[in-house]
Amino acid sequence: MKRADASLEFNGSSGMPTRGALTIRDLVKIYDPEGVNIMAVDHCSMQITPGEFCMIVGPSGCGKTTLLNAIAGFHSITSGEIFLDDKLLCGPDKPIAAQGADRIVVFQNGALFPWKTLAENVAYGPMVQGVLSKRNALAKAHEMLAEAGLGEFGGKYPGEVSSGMARRAEIVRALINRPKVLLLDEPYRAMDGLTKSIMHEALLEIYDRTKVTIFFITHDLEEAIFLGDRVYVLTTRPCRLKKVVNVDIPRPRNYEVLSSEPFRLLVEETRDAVHEEAIKAFQLGERELA
Amino acid sequence: MVSVSEVSRPIGIARSRRSFLRRTLGRQEFWRGCVAIVVFLILWEIGSRSGEWFGYTLPHVGLLPPPSDVAVAWSKVLMKWGYWESWYQSFKRVLTGFIAAQIIGIPFGLMLAVNKYFRDIFFPPFEVLRPIPPLAWVPASLIFWPTNEMSIAFVTFLGAFFTIVINVLGGARTIDVRYLRAVQSMGASQWDLFWRIILPGTLPSIFTGAAVGMGITWEVVVAAEMISGGGTQGGGGLGFFIWNSYMGGSLPQIVVGMISIGIAGYLSSTVIRMIGRSAMPWRKLF
Repeated sequence: MKRADASLEFNGSSGMPTRGALTIRDLVKIYDPEGVNIMAVDHCSMQITPGEFCMIVGPSGCGKTTLLNAIAGFHSITSGEIFLDDKLLCGPDKPIAAQGADRIVVFQNGALFPWKTLAENVAYGPMVQGVLSKRNALAKAHEMLAEAGLGEFGGKYPGEVSSGMARRAEIVRALINRPKVLLLDEPYRAMDGLTKSIMHEALLEIYDRTKVTIFFITHDLEEAIFLGDRVYVLTTRPCRLKKVVNVDIPRPRNYEVLSSEPFRLLVEETRDAVHEEAIKAFQLGERELA
Repeated sequence: MVSVSEVSRPIGIARSRRSFLRRTLGRQEFWRGCVAIVVFLILWEIGSRSGEWFGYTLPHVGLLPPPSDVAVAWSKVLMKWGYWESWYQSFKRVLTGFIAAQIIGIPFGLMLAVNKYFRDIFFPPFEVLRPIPPLAWVPASLIFWPTNEMSIAFVTFLGAFFTIVINVLGGARTIDVRYLRAVQSMGASQWDLFWRIILPGTLPSIFTGAAVGMGITWEVVVAAEMISGGGTQGGGGLGFFIWNSYMGGSLPQIVVGMISIGIAGYLSSTVIRMIGRSAMPWRKLF
């Protein structure tokens, strides 16, 4: 499997990752439904290094998805700026980032096109961007699916495979575009514990090979510590950075990590921070923002 | 010993090679349907022959011709050129109206779905015209169009058109925003967005619209044929065939016409289902 041009290895996986630094500076987002200003994000700053596996946690409705939408270019920002490497995504003169294949989102409920097979789904990006011909794109898609352990399922439709496989194929569909950062919005939320653990190990394996920057939103603190390099705890609305937890558990990680002492301590540390904010959110009686 | 993979593969291939007929005959559902039809025919025969059930008189049922009489009438008619001419006429009108409605309705519905200005301009008049039943258009179109043939085709067109447009519009508007976002973030052009996402995403609704529209087309064509009186020659379509039998007082022949329309409608929707299945291979799973 190890080859020099293997398609799942592109971000300096041999040495230090070089692409995908995400800088968020003084980000403010004010929603304005019917003239009532709601501040969703209040001067939030983050510095995510190239190739970082970054986990975002915080109480429900705190503005995690608002951050993701701003990075992906789905929604505008009010002020502040976001850089990807040296490129200004959005800033004072450019409230909404242009959508692009350097930042690809994997959605909560999955967004594989049901009318395309897994291979056709994966081949979609390079094909529409005109990077590869249809034939080459499909060949590469099959190759990458095989690398992700989905080799025999390339010809199946998303409805024919399990949700875990579909989610894995969706990550492959994102990676074929060689994005600088992968944006994941609670991708495993609806899964049972067993499937989730399999998905975690599969994602870690992909991450260890690609070293692509990952921006991962979750509610699950154990998931956050198990997967991430750093865990960014956000405050309740308006969203600010409350705390950064450095996870210094060495990679590659496997499930034995879950029962280790350092893991337990890190989860506790994170839980204390999140719990405080969750109580504040509860007392404010905030409903979850969609 | 034979391994599992060796066994399962030839079965899979053999199944796809077996003919459609043999597959149908091998299915329990098929035989259940046959039994249901036979039992229905027997009950009908007894009912209309005796005019009573277990001592209770059945009102008016005696007037209904028993299926055996219908079969006799049918066998006579089968030899006649006029009967098949009726089939041909009705099918021709249905297909003309239906295909025209697809050709105009699908792009119109998609335009309504994707373009706000187009929707603002064309949706209100569309919604005013939509509730008018196709048959209410018959007198006006008889006056408007130069030939009977054209006015019947126009009315059948209307029958299918509104259903198709509403289905296409609804289908395209409910495509999940996640797909659109995924496409845009992968750098697709508007063209790709339309051909690879909106169109396949709308296909299920297009086929639902086609199936419903086809049913309405048959309803409308028969009524329009009765009203307009069909052509000047013997063959005025199946609707005119029924009307003619009624005027001639041949009860069994009326039923022959009715069942013929049933069969024609069934054939039409089977064809649509088959096309739909091959156009949307991913839908076999649901």
